[in-house]
Amino acid sequence: MANQGPAYYSPYPAAIYEGVITPPEGKALLLEEVVDEEIAMREIAKQMLTKENATIFPGPQVLYGYNDEAKKKATLIKEMAEVLNANMIPMYDYRPKYPKIDAEIEINPNHPNLTIWHNNIKAAIFIGVHCHYANVALKMVRCETDCYTIAICGLSGHEDAMATLRDQHSSELEKFIKIAREVKAELKL
Amino acid sequence: MAIDIYKINPEFRDIMPKEIIDLEENATWAQNQKKPRGIKEMPDTKEILEEHSLCAGCPEAAALRYVLAALPKPEETIIVNSTGCTSLMFPHIALHTVHSLFGNQNAVATGIKRVLDWRFPDIEKDVVVLAGDGATVDIGLDYTLQSFFRQENITTICFDNEVYANTGGQESGATPKGQVFKMAPTGKKFEKVKMWELATTAGCHYTMNMTASAPKAVAKAVREAILVAREIGPTFLNIYTPCILEIGLSANEGLGEMKDQDKDRFASYKFVSPEAEEFLKKCKAEGKL
Ligand SMILES: Cc1ncc(C[n+]2csc(CCOP(=O)(O)OP(=O)(O)O)c2C)c(N)n1
Ligand code: SF4
Ligand SMILES: [Mg+2]
Repeated sequence: MANQGPAYYSPYPAAIYEGVITPPEGKALLLEEVVDEEIAMREIAKQMLTKENATIFPGPQVLYGYNDEAKKKATLIKEMAEVLNANMIPMYDYRPKYPKIDAEIEINPNHPNLTIWHNNIKAAIFIGVHCHYANVALKMVRCETDCYTIAICGLSGHEDAMATLRDQHSSELEKFIKIAREVKAELKL
Repeated sequence: MAIDIYKINPEFRDIMPKEIIDLEENATWAQNQKKPRGIKEMPDTKEILEEHSLCAGCPEAAALRYVLAALPKPEETIIVNSTGCTSLMFPHIALHTVHSLFGNQNAVATGIKRVLDWRFPDIEKDVVVLAGDGATVDIGLDYTLQSFFRQENITTICFDNEVYANTGGQESGATPKGQVFKMAPTGKKFEKVKMWELATTAGCHYTMNMTASAPKAVAKAVREAILVAREIGPTFLNIYTPCILEIGLSANEGLGEMKDQDKDRFASYKFVSPEAEEFLKKCKAEGKL
């Protein structure tokens, strides 16, 4: 359960205090290790294809069609879910929901672990979630669950995820889907 | 871009909760695009999620629905809000809003309005400030009055619950004399500040003091105030939305409290400048009201 962080500020032991930082441009992060993007993509696909109740959590930046890139990403994420045999649960906004959150149909950064516990999710992708909320949610999930978290981030990535891909736009998603198909074939799934 | 920010990508419609789909389909602007709408359409439309985070029965939630239903052009409107209970509702509506630093709302609104007029000279854009009494009458008083002095084309609405509700019940300038709160145990020592009179003196062209007991009256005031702000100059509405929690009422007692105050501290005050009066007559003749 939650420990007091080294800075006595975050209630969770954040990865940054263990020396883990986001990957440099062109690279990815697997646990504590900086690796080539393709290696991380293969590992992510493997985790999602083999872990129980793998789930994609799309955030507002892809749920709403506010520009062409968001619309394109939506189509690709749907395809990605099919290739990975993954469920999808939206993180459509970030408001605290009291007294009750329906953990079956939504996740929000204030209680992300509840959704993961309730649905017994062992691998999860966060995509299109604004960075400051992804940071909050990923810290809690890292600390309170045994879920393998994956951040597919349009900016510089998230060190609190088990695997992080940075600078991910629609062309990178296409590449990931292609790799995921190959991994799926190799695993004979 | 504009309202597309609230349009759900078709790929994700099947995983979105029903309340969010409803909000998109029946939001203020969605209905407004089909036919101009108002308070009468409220039963069939959805301005705010049912599971908003105000206290059950808080009159602020009802008043916000009346305000949203009365916006003349919701899809071209930006609401600027300030910290407080009022601001808790804004993530639960499908309309452009900007959360400003506590008290800064009228300064922020001024900047937004000026830039919008410069950027979109051919489109009427309405900027509406909606903030609590602590933000308007105390901490943001300077910015609020300065925006009136400068004759900014913005509408300012104060949800006056006569207390700093969100921080647990401290007295504000709008608290009536003698009132005791949890965090104001000795009672307020001076009279309630008559913000509506200050607004008129400071140059507002349309000022009202009222309660939110009658939806139609609120809607009429909102629509008129916004039209006047667009063409003539600043307008101000002070609307009583009692904090039932801090004055010890239950969820179903807010309306009764507002009705009582219609005859007391919030007895109707209305000021309309001669220019605004002339303009409103023209609007009426053109069917805009
Ligand atoms: C700059 C700043 N000062 C103080 C606060 C603390 N604060 C948050 S809400 C609030 C009271 C709001 O009172 P009011 O404007 O009357 O709104 P209400 O909650 O009553 O609707 C205060 C003082 C803050 N958030 N920011
Ligand atoms: S504290 Fe008062 S103003 Fe705030 S939501 Fe509750 S009843 Fe409304
Ligand atoms: Mg108040």
